[in-house]
Amino acid sequence: MSENNNQTQPEALFSARNKKLLTNPLGKDNPINVQVLGICSVLAITVQLRTSLVMAISVVAVMGLANVIISILRKTIPPRIRIIVQLTVIASLVILVDQVLKAFVYDISRQLSVFVGLIITNCIIMGRLEAFALKNKVWPSFLDGIGNAAGYGWVLLTVGFFRELLGSGTLMGHQVIPDFMYEMGYENNGFMILPPMALITVGVIIWVQRHRDRSLVDVS
Amino acid sequence: MDELVNIFVRSIFIDNMVFAYFLGMCSYLAVSRTVKTSIGLGFAVIFVLGITVPINFLLENFVLGRGALAWLGPQFAAVDLSFLTFIMFIAIIAAMVQLVEMIIEKFSPTLYSSLGIFLPLIAVNCAILGGSLFMQERNFANLAEATSFGLGSGVGWFLAIVGIAAIREKIRYSAVPAPLRGLGITFIITGLMGIAFMSFMGIEL
Repeated sequence: MSENNNQTQPEALFSARNKKLLTNPLGKDNPINVQVLGICSVLAITVQLRTSLVMAISVVAVMGLANVIISILRKTIPPRIRIIVQLTVIASLVILVDQVLKAFVYDISRQLSVFVGLIITNCIIMGRLEAFALKNKVWPSFLDGIGNAAGYGWVLLTVGFFRELLGSGTLMGHQVIPDFMYEMGYENNGFMILPPMALITVGVIIWVQRHRDRSLVDVS
Repeated sequence: MDELVNIFVRSIFIDNMVFAYFLGMCSYLAVSRTVKTSIGLGFAVIFVLGITVPINFLLENFVLGRGALAWLGPQFAAVDLSFLTFIMFIAIIAAMVQLVEMIIEKFSPTLYSSLGIFLPLIAVNCAILGGSLFMQERNFANLAEATSFGLGSGVGWFLAIVGIAAIREKIRYSAVPAPLRGLGITFIITGLMGIAFMSFMGIEL
């Protein structure tokens, strides 16, 4: 990605390279499955699809904006104190998100509890600021932020989907498993609601992804 | 005293940072390749959590909370600065990590060289900020309780990372399916360890 620096030609908004910035993190460069970043604050809120969705949107918002702000400031931030500057920018954005959530979706904000605050220490955001936004122009940084946050979001939504479907038989709070299934003896798997199953679900997602794309297999 | 022991044991086993809340997963996955390095990081986390949680407790109770500024005078009693919580906590954590790093460097160069690389990493370890935010959410009654919660969470995290590192050292000799090798199997093992830790749940102290 370092070759971006000595670019002089103005380029189209969605040139091939920019598109790659957006799509790579969805698969090959996925922040969770491949780069192993930002798992910290995530898995506990995937019991339901609704909370996963709100969390994913919050992260997309924080990450896109943080990348833009740091990219605008990249020439004025002294390298020695860059970490504290980054943390301040992220923390301010997260405070905004937290206040918005409290104002508009209070019950979900209660369920997310401390995990909204923990977006601050989400390593994806810091990682992308360090690795990309500090060196690149505003628009590519924005795409990179959105792309990585979306890569994070789909894993979150997949985990949330399976945990809610198998654990409570609902999706977004609506019952999807029909009543006659229960009458025939189907039971919700209460195990899926417990925290350890989030880890195992992610483990299985990684397994499937690496099975399909052998280049990601860990050879060490 | 009973209450302190209770909080300590609860935060180690039942509300374990890694298995119950998935906090500090990034460094947990990245640094757990060998037991030796994971012990170093584990001690650093215990250390930093034991310091930052009580400090943030004081900050919460005397500066940030609703009516916390009342000690300045009656006209401040209605001030509520709680929207500043995140930014203040993270600033305290980053500052404390720097301070701890400098103090250790000065007084114990051997400890510094063994912890050295891990200390800066800790500022962005979610277990640390998570510890402070949980402390705030649970409304501990006094400083001693907050300290015991901080230390207990640190010890729980230490146990988790040393355990997974030991298992990962052994599992290198097993025939794990290729796509599952490395990250995938680590996730699944962590899940199984979490299930094992859930057996502590019924304990009443």
